[in-house]
Amino acid sequence: MIWKPEYQNVFTQTQVQGAPEWGVNDNGRMMEERGGKPFFSPLVGWLGNAQIGPIYLGWTGLVSAATFLIALFIVGFNMLAQVNWSIPEFIRQGFWLALEPPSPEYGLTIPPLYDGGWYIIASFFLLISVMTWWARSWLLAAEHKMGKHVFWAFGSAIWLFLVLGLFRPILMGSWSEAVPYGIFPHLDWTTAFSIRYGNLYYNPFHCLSIVFLYGSVLLFAMHGATILAVTRYGGDRELEQIVDRGTASERAALFWRWTMGFNATMEGIHRWAWWFAVLTPITGGIGILLTGTVVDNWFVWAQEHHFAPAYDGSYGYEAFGTTYQEFIGQGVAAEGGN
Amino acid sequence: MLPKWFNDWNSEKPADIYRPAILIGTLGGAVLVVTLLVTWGQPFATTSLQTGPRGTGMSVPEFNSVRTSPDPTVELYYSEAPYEVAEDAPLARDVYENVQVLGGLTEDNFNRVMLAMTQWVAPDQGCAYCHGAGGPETYGSDDNYAKVVSRRMIQMTQNINENWSGHVNANEEVGVNCFTCHRGENVPSDIWFRITPLGDTMEGWGAVQNRVTMQSQYTSLPSDALETYLLDGEVIGVHDFESHVDSDPSDPETATWQNAERTYSLMNYMSNAQGVNCVFCHNSRAFNDGSQVTPQWATASLGIAMVLELNNDYLVPLKDIYPENRLGPVYADAPKAACKTCHKGYQRPLQGMNVIADWPELATTGDPVYATD
Repeated sequence: MIWKPEYQNVFTQTQVQGAPEWGVNDNGRMMEERGGKPFFSPLVGWLGNAQIGPIYLGWTGLVSAATFLIALFIVGFNMLAQVNWSIPEFIRQGFWLALEPPSPEYGLTIPPLYDGGWYIIASFFLLISVMTWWARSWLLAAEHKMGKHVFWAFGSAIWLFLVLGLFRPILMGSWSEAVPYGIFPHLDWTTAFSIRYGNLYYNPFHCLSIVFLYGSVLLFAMHGATILAVTRYGGDRELEQIVDRGTASERAALFWRWTMGFNATMEGIHRWAWWFAVLTPITGGIGILLTGTVVDNWFVWAQEHHFAPAYDGSYGYEAFGTTYQEFIGQGVAAEGGN
Repeated sequence: MLPKWFNDWNSEKPADIYRPAILIGTLGGAVLVVTLLVTWGQPFATTSLQTGPRGTGMSVPEFNSVRTSPDPTVELYYSEAPYEVAEDAPLARDVYENVQVLGGLTEDNFNRVMLAMTQWVAPDQGCAYCHGAGGPETYGSDDNYAKVVSRRMIQMTQNINENWSGHVNANEEVGVNCFTCHRGENVPSDIWFRITPLGDTMEGWGAVQNRVTMQSQYTSLPSDALETYLLDGEVIGVHDFESHVDSDPSDPETATWQNAERTYSLMNYMSNAQGVNCVFCHNSRAFNDGSQVTPQWATASLGIAMVLELNNDYLVPLKDIYPENRLGPVYADAPKAACKTCHKGYQRPLQGMNVIADWPELATTGDPVYATD
């Protein structure tokens, strides 16, 4: 494929390898905390930096990893017990299995181990793990003298996590409202949650969350495409282009301004992306928190607020001139319908 | 590896082989695909049944290949019109011993029904399946469990046709007879047994779901939906009909998201049983809104009530009659029916074939009314 333009490749085109980068060591003691001998993987280099390690573990990494593993094993062993400790069955039904929250009758009390007790314990360790990892994103940013943007962005995801597993169950008065730990079962929760509360699509915060989610996707695609398209003019040196606009920025800006009359800037696009991403779980979390606590039927609520439209009331295939015999091709030829 | 003359010839005449190769490959592939489509047709063409106003997603799509294939069991169906009833014809209850149902039939018609039942339920074993191998002298005996069960099943069939006509004749006369469920098999397909709790490691909601089972239609939804709604008769509705309601999940009267998940399991089962989707009965935006349902919603609701009665009044009480091998594998319960036992994946069982016109004896709990013309 000699003629295929290289920029159409999904993989990183340039890999530079030299002596592994160890990072700075301003106070002379920081090397103690870096573990693992760094090495290079060309395969990983296709996707990101080819250098793997060293890793800074620290107390946050240690606590977070340990508590996460405890939570993971509690969930895993509960699943394994459900299939009588059979590894083949565990693999076969793995996506079906789950550790369910307590049954509703226990409210906010501590339930028996076999009816949600293990769920509470696993959730407790998962909470420690996530919060420690959150602290880690603050502490490491501080050590690098960076802004705390990653910390706050992760915080928005944690907000949704806490709404689902902590805030809303407390407001509802029952741990049973939390989301099961399982691949398909957590999706079942999502469906059942929407159905139970009269269709979450009529929840305006759910609408906003979808806007920001799809918006994030669109912005990411537009930004990625724009930068790759002007890389040949140095556009991938985004930080320099922010303060010292070159032909790459000029072309990118002109492209969008001519296309749609408006363009972001080399700096501003990153603020757009950050806010869209962060607002996705923030608005989603608000929507979940209001469901069952403030609003119990979103469709009825939407009718009361006049944004669920009315239709003409023709329901059933008979209303559209179809018969069953036609549909199965045993009567007058079906016209297809639509 | 290649001969020298070839390599020499190749290096003397450098050519871009990729461009023509890709061009020819693409064109050739396109020609092949077009040829296949023209000769064999589009394999994934669908037709949709519109069930509601445009723009609301009210549509039941089906692959044409599935939609237009006839139910293969239709052609196995056996039927025979009734014999004319003479004034003085002998009745079965006078001719044979121990005829508790169908006794008011003439001997000819009684034998006609018996023969048909053999074809519908035990075509391989014949009369002996219910009457035993003792010959006609012992046909009056109730020693064989299959005969006792059949008698109850005849009563059940009569009850369905008479009292649940709103369901089985919802659109036109279709009715049911033994074949609707049995389809030539001793034990109908798509019966179900109780399987919850699933093992003893969990209690509560964790004990009744998240396993690959027929009862959950191979989803991770609760496996006790058929039992809860089609045997115990629990209320299916889980919605609040006001936007703001003061309710507490730990109150047993409150429908929780877990209850909603179980109704979803039942609804998914019902969809599969009839080869349709949610919007065959419900509107797409508020499943609970009774002012926006299709006529099929009412038919299905009657069906749920019917199955409840069949399970509780006919099928479960037969538990002690069955031999062990006919009972449930986990809890040794009686086999039970649900939508799929009759529907078998079709909107109408046997694609709407009228199975009652020839069988007035099975259409009523009283004496049959034969058509006179």
